[in-house]
Order: sequence, then C-alpha cells, then structure tokens
Amino acid sequence: MVENRPFLKLLSHLVLILGVVIVAFPVYVAFIASTHKTTDFITGVMPVLPGSDFLATYKTVLFSGLAAAGAPPIGMMLGNSLIMALAISIGKIVISILSAYAIVYFRFPFRQLAFWIIFVTLMLPVEVRIVPTFKVVADLGMLNSYAGLSIPLIASATATFLFRQFFLTVPDELLEAARVDGAGPLKFFKDILLPLSRTNIAALFVILFIYGWNQYLWPLIVTTDSEHYTIVMGIKRMSDVTDAEPQWNLVMAVAILAMLPPVLVVIFMQRLFVKGLVETEK
Amino acid sequence: MAAIDIKGVGKTYVGNVNAVSDISIAIADGEFIVLVGPSGCGKSTLLRMVAGLERITDGTVSIGGRVVNEIEPAERDIAMVFQNYALYPHMSVYDNLAYGLKNRGTPKAEIDARVAEAARMLELQPYLERKPRALSGGQRQRVAMGRAIVRKPAAFLFDEPLSNLDAKLRVTMRGEIKQLQKRLGTTSIYVTHDQLEAMTLADRLVVLNGGRIEQIGAPLQVYHHPASTFVASFIGSPAMNLLKANVANGVISIGDGETGLRAGLPDGPVTLGARAEDLRLSDSGVGMPFTLAFVEDLGAQRLLHGHCAGQSVVVAVSPDLPLPSELRLAIASDRLHFFTADTGKRIEAASL
Ligand SMILES: Nc1ncnc2c1ncn2[C@@H]1O[C@H](COP(=O)(O)OP(=O)(O)OP(=O)(O)O)[C@@H](O)[C@H]1O
Ligand SMILES: [Mg+2]
Repeated sequence: MVENRPFLKLLSHLVLILGVVIVAFPVYVAFIASTHKTTDFITGVMPVLPGSDFLATYKTVLFSGLAAAGAPPIGMMLGNSLIMALAISIGKIVISILSAYAIVYFRFPFRQLAFWIIFVTLMLPVEVRIVPTFKVVADLGMLNSYAGLSIPLIASATATFLFRQFFLTVPDELLEAARVDGAGPLKFFKDILLPLSRTNIAALFVILFIYGWNQYLWPLIVTTDSEHYTIVMGIKRMSDVTDAEPQWNLVMAVAILAMLPPVLVVIFMQRLFVKGLVETEK
Repeated sequence: MAAIDIKGVGKTYVGNVNAVSDISIAIADGEFIVLVGPSGCGKSTLLRMVAGLERITDGTVSIGGRVVNEIEPAERDIAMVFQNYALYPHMSVYDNLAYGLKNRGTPKAEIDARVAEAARMLELQPYLERKPRALSGGQRQRVAMGRAIVRKPAAFLFDEPLSNLDAKLRVTMRGEIKQLQKRLGTTSIYVTHDQLEAMTLADRLVVLNGGRIEQIGAPLQVYHHPASTFVASFIGSPAMNLLKANVANGVISIGDGETGLRAGLPDGPVTLGARAEDLRLSDSGVGMPFTLAFVEDLGAQRLLHGHCAGQSVVVAVSPDLPLPSELRLAIASDRLHFFTADTGKRIEAASL
C-alpha cells in the first residue's frame, strides 16, 4: 500500500504484532519452561517469567544425557534427525530434478503416462501408504537403518511437479541455442538448466529439510533401536514417562534445541532467496 | 564459407499441417539471402530446417556440398541468431561468447583471441564481464551476433533478429549486420517479415507465401518486376496499387472509363499494377479522374489516398506541389504492371 494514513498504519502493525504473538507465544512458553526447575511445574501453573536454571537445564540436556527420562543422548538424536532430513531433501531434489528433466525435454514412449503416474502419487502421502510401505521396508531388512528412515520418504511427486513447471517456463530458444553451440543433453542440463534452477533448488531444500526434520510417524514405526531415534520422537518419549512426573524443563529444552536446525537452515538459505529475488535471472 | 543448396524441401508437421512445400534455393558462397513473407508463411520453419532444429520431411539441404538432413545442428557448421537473442542469462557476456567454442574443445588461448576479436568488432569490450540482464536491447543483440561470429561458421542463420528493437536502433543494427556480413563474407540466410529490411539487406530476396516460393530475385528485380500480385502488394511501401481493368483492342479501361493507356495484351480482364510513386497528377486535363479521400504528409513525400472508378488508389507526390481542385492521374505506360485477373501471375505486355 502506498497510502500514508496513520490509522491504517497503526492497524496493520497491530494485526502483524498480534500474528507474531500468536505464533511466538508457545515458543516463548517452551523457552521459559526450560529455565525453571522440574519442581516448579508440580503446582500445575506455568511460569511466564524466566527462571534461574537456564544453564543447569541445558547442561543436563546436552552433556549428561537423559537416561532417567528414557531417551538416548540428545546429540545422537539430533544427528539422526539431521542425517534423515538431509537425505530426504537432497535425495528428493536430485531425483525430482532428473525426472522433471526427462519428462520435459525428452520424447520417449509412455512419457505422458509416466508423468501421470508421478502426478497421482501426489495424492498418496506417507500416512496413507504406511502399512504397505512398512511391509516392503521390513522385508528388505531396512528397519532400524538410515536407509529405512529416509528412502520411503524420498519418493514423492511434489518436487518433480514443481521442477517440471519451472522447466516449462525456460524458453525453448535457450535449448536450441545450446544445441547449436554443441551442448548435448547432459551439458545443457549441467551448464544451463541447473544454474537457472539454483533459487528453486534453494527454496525446495528449505521446505523439504523442514518436512524431513519434522517427520514423526514414520521414524516411530521403523525404528525400535534407540541408536536410530530422531529428535522429534525423542521429545514425545521424554514427555511420556510412566510412573513419574515428566521433567518438563528438560523436555522443553530439547524442544527448543530441536527447533534450532530448521531455523538455521531458513536463515542461511534466506540469503540465497533474496539474492535470487533481486537478480531475477529471467 | 560454404554454398547452401536447398532442394525440394518440404515440412509437414504432425496433424498434416503443411508448413512448407517444395522449396528449392541454390545459395552461393558468401551470398546474403533474405526470406520474406507474411506471418505464418513458413519462413522460420524453413530456416530451422537448415539449422537442424526441425526435421526435414521432404527434400534435402546441403551445406558446403554435404547433405545435412541427418546431422545435428552443432555439426552443421552454422550459427544462429534468435529473435529473443536466447543469451544464457546466468553467464557473463564473455562466457556467452565462449560457450560454443569451449564445447568444441577449442584451446583457451584461441578462445580468448576469438572472443577479443569479436568483442572489438562489435564494440562489446566494456561489457564482457556483465550478465545479459545488465545490457540494453541493442547490446544484447550484439552479443547474440558475437556468439555467432566467434565460431567462424560456414553460414549465419538469422530469425527476425531485429524485431525486438525500436525503429531507430533497427536501422542502425541493420547497417551493422550488412557491413559485418560483407566483411566476413559468410553465407547468410535472414528471415524477416519487414519488406524494408528485406530490400536493404538482401543480395537476393526469396518471397514466400503459404509455404511456397512466390519469387526469388535481386531486391530491385523483385521491386520492378514482381512475379505476382502477392509480391507486388508485399514488396514496396506504400503497396502497389492493383486495379481491376479490362483490355479491349489494346485499350485499357478501368470501370466505365477509358484510361487512354494502351497495352499489347489480348482482350479480356486483367489486374493492372501501378506503384504510387509512378503515378503523376496530370495538368493537361487528361487522364483518369481521381477523387481524393485524405492526405498523408510524410515530410519527403505526400500520399494522396482516394479512388479511381470506385477502386482505392494511393498516389505519392512531391509535398510542395499545389493540389489542383480537379485531380487526374497519368502514368507512363512502361511503368505499368499486368497480372492475370484469376491467378494473379505477371504477364508481360508485348511492345506496341
Ligand atoms: N510445431 C508445429 N506444429 C504444427 N504447426 C506448426 C508448428 N510450428 C509451426 N507451425 C505452422 O507452420 C506454419 C509456418 O510457421 P512459421 O513459424 O514457419 O511461420 P513464420 O513465417 O516464421 O511466421 P512469423 O513471421 O509469424 O514468425 C504456421 O502456419 C504454423 O501454424
Ligand atoms: Mg517466425
């Protein structure tokens, strides 16, 4: 809006602030909780001001492990989540950019059929196909492995579809110019299509990393061995102790730590986004 | 450098769309050929078949004596300049120029030398490190030209390379292309729908209509001896006046009125062609009566739009000539063109 009316300005700021508060309040509560002692929660009242145990809580969570809370060391869980999220996002990008390239730039028999089959899988998220997928993964002996955690989640069509849409906007003359310039299909892909897709890849990476990081149901099913627990599962397990009061301060500290990597990815990748937006290479 | 021989070439797209049929053109080494015609007449299709970007359905194309029908564009030793330039947006001007050479495994030193030479020729030196988006339209156009000339190909193929530029720049670039082509002596095929561009650039013009060749010839040959009413109305601005006329005993009449003109033609209907600049206002009270509808002043010329016997006619006159109240048109009979009334093909009148 180019209008410059104080009332509108105030109103729009109020709306924005309200939005931020709604989104940020739970995060704030989690952080505050992680700075108190376990005993502070027994009353059932959530404190809203920071407590004094910030250092102590995070020291426990990071270094002493949480054997008492029934979870493996948090560093390992963070590592597992990282491996899984990276495998999913990188795997998906590599496979989908290649399949989109094939579908858009090559004429082969059943090309349309291939596209539609890929497109149909859009309708089948993990949860829908979880039982047969589990069966396949179990039969292949991939339970309790990184492969079992990530490969079934790599297969999905969203990214293929997005890359296809992007490739369709690349002018045909660019391909023709490259052909006249002596670039074969692989050279064209590597020298021209890939650099042009850079900002799309960055955006997809952010989305897919968070998607992979936040997976809950699938890791819960395929892992029984604590060596392969992910952080999101870990939080659930810690808050679910039997015959004891959950150690809320520790749970919240883990939740805060689990939030950090996606936030870092967004912040880091944002620079690429902005660069892409300012450059507008097309 | 190479001659290009197009023999009986035709293109049928899927769905039986016949875009081009039976085109034969023998292009000499170093010749500048312009393909001209209205939109959709198959100019781009023909050019792209020579380039290898479109499969040839009938006939053969040879470049330098070698039939290239089944040869990849990169191996045909041609370079192409596209209408929207098709520069690689993420590469600097230098890399855009060098890309084709790199792909051919040209040594680095040679690439540097060739890019430098092309940049000097096209005055692109200050921009070598820039990305295409930081260039003006004319500069991009020059980069596209540069990409063609660094390769030193046997032939240049241009597909409406100037149509994205403004009118003034188009005239400048037109001159530059012509000079460059003469200097390098590279065989060129140039596609345009702008008849002025075609006239000024071509060694020989190829006028296409509906996927077929209407006429091939030097620009002035085509201008002065159009082979059909289509060519007559397409080449030259303003378009040639075409009037339905009748010949009886060698005397031409238009509508009911005799023109006083004679032609060595058999009796019957003909189409009479007269260029606007060949028509004069006659002062002696003879000639065809002309009713003026409106006047266009172009500065160097004044165009009178009006009617003769109910058919519209344009006359170009000198702007300082006073317009008499009663207008009559005259023309030298050797300036008249005749076409058959039904097919529109040119007929030569026997001298009287
Ligand atoms: N891929 C295609 N499939 C079917 N028909 C096509 C295809 N490409 C072009 N045509 C048809 O072939 C004819 C010639 O097209 P072409 O692009 O060669 O015209 P043009 O002379 O270059 O026109 P313009 O001046 O508008 O660029 C047109 O009638 C067009 O509709
Ligand atoms: Mg065209």
